[in-house]
Amino acid sequence: MGILKKRVNEFPTPYTCTRAIREGGLETKLSMVLMGFGNMVHGQRIKGLLYLAIEVAYVVFMIVNGIGFLGMLPSLGSVPQEEYWDEAAQVYMYTKGDQSILILLYGVATVLLTVLMFLAWRGALRSAYKAECLAKEGRHVNNFAEDLKTLLHENLHRLLMTPPVFFIFAFTVLPLVFMICMAFTNYSKIDNHLMLFDWVGLENFKALFDFSSILGSTFWSVLGWTLIWAFFATFSNYIFGMIISLLINRKGTRAKGFWRFCFVLSCAVPMFVSLLIMRTMLQPEGAINVLLRNLGLIASDASLPFFTDPTWARVTVIIVNVWVGVPYTLLQLTGVLQNIPEELYEAARVDGANAIQIFFKITLPYMLYVTTPYLITTFTGNVNNFNVIYLLSGGDPVTDLASTAGKTDLLVTWLYKLTIDKQYYNIGAVIGILTFVILAIGALFTYHNSKSYKEEGGF
Amino acid sequence: MAGKKMHSAKRKRFINNTIVHVILAILAVIWVFPIVWVVLTSFRAEKGSYVSTFLPQSFTIDNYVKLFTDTTILNFPQMFMNTLFIAVCSCILSTFYVLAVSYCLSRLRFKMRKPYMNMAMILGLFPGFMSMIAVYFILKALGMTEGNLIKLALILVYSGGAALSFQIAKGFFDTIPIAVDEAALLDGCTRWQIFTRITLPLSKPIVIYTTLTSFMSPWLDFIFAKVICRANSDQYTIAIGLWKMLEKEYIDSWYTSFAAGAVLISIPIAALFLYMQRYYVDGLSGAVKG
Repeated sequence: MGILKKRVNEFPTPYTCTRAIREGGLETKLSMVLMGFGNMVHGQRIKGLLYLAIEVAYVVFMIVNGIGFLGMLPSLGSVPQEEYWDEAAQVYMYTKGDQSILILLYGVATVLLTVLMFLAWRGALRSAYKAECLAKEGRHVNNFAEDLKTLLHENLHRLLMTPPVFFIFAFTVLPLVFMICMAFTNYSKIDNHLMLFDWVGLENFKALFDFSSILGSTFWSVLGWTLIWAFFATFSNYIFGMIISLLINRKGTRAKGFWRFCFVLSCAVPMFVSLLIMRTMLQPEGAINVLLRNLGLIASDASLPFFTDPTWARVTVIIVNVWVGVPYTLLQLTGVLQNIPEELYEAARVDGANAIQIFFKITLPYMLYVTTPYLITTFTGNVNNFNVIYLLSGGDPVTDLASTAGKTDLLVTWLYKLTIDKQYYNIGAVIGILTFVILAIGALFTYHNSKSYKEEGGF
Repeated sequence: MAGKKMHSAKRKRFINNTIVHVILAILAVIWVFPIVWVVLTSFRAEKGSYVSTFLPQSFTIDNYVKLFTDTTILNFPQMFMNTLFIAVCSCILSTFYVLAVSYCLSRLRFKMRKPYMNMAMILGLFPGFMSMIAVYFILKALGMTEGNLIKLALILVYSGGAALSFQIAKGFFDTIPIAVDEAALLDGCTRWQIFTRITLPLSKPIVIYTTLTSFMSPWLDFIFAKVICRANSDQYTIAIGLWKMLEKEYIDSWYTSFAAGAVLISIPIAALFLYMQRYYVDGLSGAVKG
């Protein structure tokens, strides 16, 4: 099991935290309480002051706000908003109640800040220990200007990685943690828990896994369709794209550039535009039905039920997805297809194989072998393929009025509907987590076994 | 005998070629058809969303004129400027993020490298807008969901996660021989100088690719924009505007203008895309090494 392999530390350093605590001198040990003290003793005044400033800022924040935020986290607030009659102004006024959502947000942010503080504390300790060791050995201790200079060379990664990572934490990790927390609360419109809500543990998960409830049965049917969709969407594009690419690039085909242009043109049009166009064309009174009527293929008052019949709708979204996706596949796979060794084809031809046999016995196995990572990403992308479904069918048709999802809803579009339209935030979060779990199990396993992951970064 | 066999082989090849060309022609028509249709619709003089004839009966350019003059309900020029501003800003930020992170992951060796790549992969598996509503709450707590700050919010949202999709640029940087860096190091270059003076000039395709993709994303996204803008119609981006035109209350009067707007948006995007196409292929074939 590659995943459970014991990590080997590639970057050994003598200046670790444990050693600092165990073997550090008095000034280093004092840095545990007074961050930056060790640095200041050894002449790194500005660095020491910066560490101290961080500590002071954190402590002040915690005393003023942080402790309050953390204290509210277990209860998520209890004061309800109340209406009272304002005699002077002759209007109803509202008392300021607790807003659980803000309490949760501030609480999570404080926890995240504390984690960052802990990392800074470790950094300060290590840095103090390093300064102490260097001073003891009589070696040069960097001053602040020299430290800054290392940012352009040895520590360039710190300079370049810090801003992006900061934003990832602010706009990806923090919201995600926040959302995961929501999955364990009763934050939803049901029973009017939009202002005040509580922790409910695994209740939401239980509700979703309960076959007999509406929510439970909807979940399983949506999950089933999501997997079917992802499978067909991935492989129909993959195979169809490959066939077109082979047709264009075979020896006898003339005007290769022109054909390629025809296909690529449709992915040059912004995807939401082409999807909206497709949607309007496929409406009961849309262009396709009109065209079919004009051609006399269907009766003049009839229309094909592209988005009104469940089976039709499902097939339609898959076919339209082929239209949308094949040009991309064409762009991505053409290069790889041309790398297939010509000898393989020649050998097959000598043995008398026809085009179809060659495709299924040589091209496809070769491509499957080479492009496994690509397929996994596409599959993941399709499970999370919000645009195609939302813009095309919007999840319709809804056959069972009691359920919140239509017949073409994927987990992600259902999640969107539940959170934005219905305001069932907690159930939405649970669905998000479950989608992740499904994808993670598949992807992690395959990635770790794939060739390109193992060979990464060996130079 | 031999001649006849040659002849029949030639015939067979001719038939095969014809079949292939016919198939390609049919497919090409299917692929180009909706685009032609929307261009035709954008010039259609008959109003209304659904008409009983497939081809327009008479042509006009009023639909385009309406987009730029009828600004009371849906202000298309303003949406265009909003989107342009957001696109330029977020493009600068995210290009820097992506290139910086890709360079670090490709060329430098540091302790957080593997953890970062694993984290990026794990985060990539979460449905992107599962956190969308949480992002909205955070922006609201920061007071960025009112007025012009919405633009800043959208810029931050579009560029914030950019550094997670480093794979293509990293794959490209990986293909630059490490010997180039080593030679520069021996000559006394710092890593920063190597990055700005050697790696970036050598990677023009991927720099252009990254710039263009990040420039295009605000034009294409509409989910985030919709959730963050809510009812602030003066902050709408193009995508929301076009979506609005197809809503029930607008579709009758705005349908042909929607087609006109779609054509107008598609032209620059298509031009950028066709220009970028070869970099797209280059970048990917560098990344997918198999």
